Amino acid sequence: MKLTSEEKDMLAGKYGEGVALAMEIQQAIVEAFEPERMVEISRVHVALSNQEADLWFVEKLLKKGNKCRISPTVNPPYNLEYFKNYIEFTQEEVDIIERTRKAYREIGATLTYNCTPYLENNIPRFKEVVAFSESSATPYINSIYGARTNRESAQSALCAAMTGRVPEYGLLLEENRRGQVLVEVEAKIKSDFDYQLLGYTFPRMNDYHDTIPVFVGLPDKISSEALMNLGAQLNTAGAVSLYHIVGYTPEAPNIKAAFQNHQPRNKMVIKDEDIQETYSSISDKKGEIDFALFGCPHLTIKQIEQIVNVLGSRKFSVPFWVCVSNLTKSLARKMGYLDTIKSAGGHLVTETCIDQPCWKFLSGKKGVTDSPKCAYYTKRRNMSFYIADLSRATEAAIKGELR
Amino acid sequence: MRRYRCHKIAKGKAKGEIVISKDPLCFYLVDPKDGQVIEKNHDLEGKSIANKIIVFPGGKGSSVVQADGLYQLQQENNAPIGMIIKYPDTVLVATSIIMNIPLVDKVDEDFYSIIEDDDVIEINADESIISID
Repeated sequence: MKLTSEEKDMLAGKYGEGVALAMEIQQAIVEAFEPERMVEISRVHVALSNQEADLWFVEKLLKKGNKCRISPTVNPPYNLEYFKNYIEFTQEEVDIIERTRKAYREIGATLTYNCTPYLENNIPRFKEVVAFSESSATPYINSIYGARTNRESAQSALCAAMTGRVPEYGLLLEENRRGQVLVEVEAKIKSDFDYQLLGYTFPRMNDYHDTIPVFVGLPDKISSEALMNLGAQLNTAGAVSLYHIVGYTPEAPNIKAAFQNHQPRNKMVIKDEDIQETYSSISDKKGEIDFALFGCPHLTIKQIEQIVNVLGSRKFSVPFWVCVSNLTKSLARKMGYLDTIKSAGGHLVTETCIDQPCWKFLSGKKGVTDSPKCAYYTKRRNMSFYIADLSRATEAAIKGELR
Repeated sequence: MRRYRCHKIAKGKAKGEIVISKDPLCFYLVDPKDGQVIEKNHDLEGKSIANKIIVFPGGKGSSVVQADGLYQLQQENNAPIGMIIKYPDTVLVATSIIMNIPLVDKVDEDFYSIIEDDDVIEINADESIISID
């Protein structure tokens, strides 16, 4: 692969050892994908995870010196100061989060601590080349905005932030963005929750390596929340970082364009019973719950409104937690939603992910959530879930059981 | 001894028993304490990948969980020692490079037709060769 003289200098350490290490790792990635060159990027999102590997790697780069050339927005760890009021943390847990936050601050990240930067403050334009990790973010910016990112890992995205460029391969190239599987959706897809199940259904029915679905048969109007859900689940249950919706997403004005004049490699029909089968494979339909947890990805202000509308003046009978961005919490406060949820006994918590040590008080318990992704990852923390539409899940938190 | 060509992704050498998975793998859903896969309905559910060479289609899961999962397995000395895949994705590739686990792809179909669980093989990613005793 050809490197520019600036890139050669980066590798040789002329821009500092941190940049050199990042470039060295990027050159190893090159071995796998054999690109022709590196391309400059203009935005980065790093899926900070506040786990040992994340901390180890960011500190390793930091110790070598240098700051990020492109300041990345970052995913949430957990809100230590908020949770301290409710649970005790071990010294080790406190050390890890304090070191993580310090390392990302010192390396020059933009400390958004939010997993939906694509709805708030890191929004790429059509065809903009960027490096985004985070499983709901990558498909959203690729598919809905038509920006170009590969399915970066937290670490490869951080390397890109250091060098300000990425190897040019995969989804950065026009020809690799064409659809592979034509998905005719015959199932009735109405609510935002239906898109969660659709997102989980496609990878279940599909060959692993055909990863760009082209959907037809979806409604004309689709909410941002539905698209956030669809991408998050497609990229969790499978490794789908780009999808097209014919007549809706920018690279798919029609079927021909979506497939770039090629024939689909594969076709499938998704029916109501397929959606039902997905649902029964990931959740029981009803039962008693110990808690409710939402915000994987972070809920939007519209979703908070939906909760408040279901809630009315009633109270929750189980612990009720929602992870949101700072912006959403601030809006909820101004709009009165925060008061309503707080007086019902619920929490809106910022800068927090559902997969963090702050949830240890829920270990061994069974909750309700609207997100299959939330239920999937928290198995590691010995939490289990019923999965239901946000309104039904809110009702369950009031009644103490899902009906 | 049989030898097969492969394509180096992450450098290094490893010799050991193989474990074969039909399903893509997410290292976060592996118990670091014993290397057992805990994902429900996974081809490897209940089997251990500790100190094995894994033969599988590729990775899956979010952008952080592969590194987080593999790092914890390494801390407990239960990480895989090598990986053979068909479909490279950036997350798994970057993770194996950073964690120093040899990773190769593009192996002949012949290789897949003769291997069985627990066979002992050697990956030499640096020379792009896999050998079976």
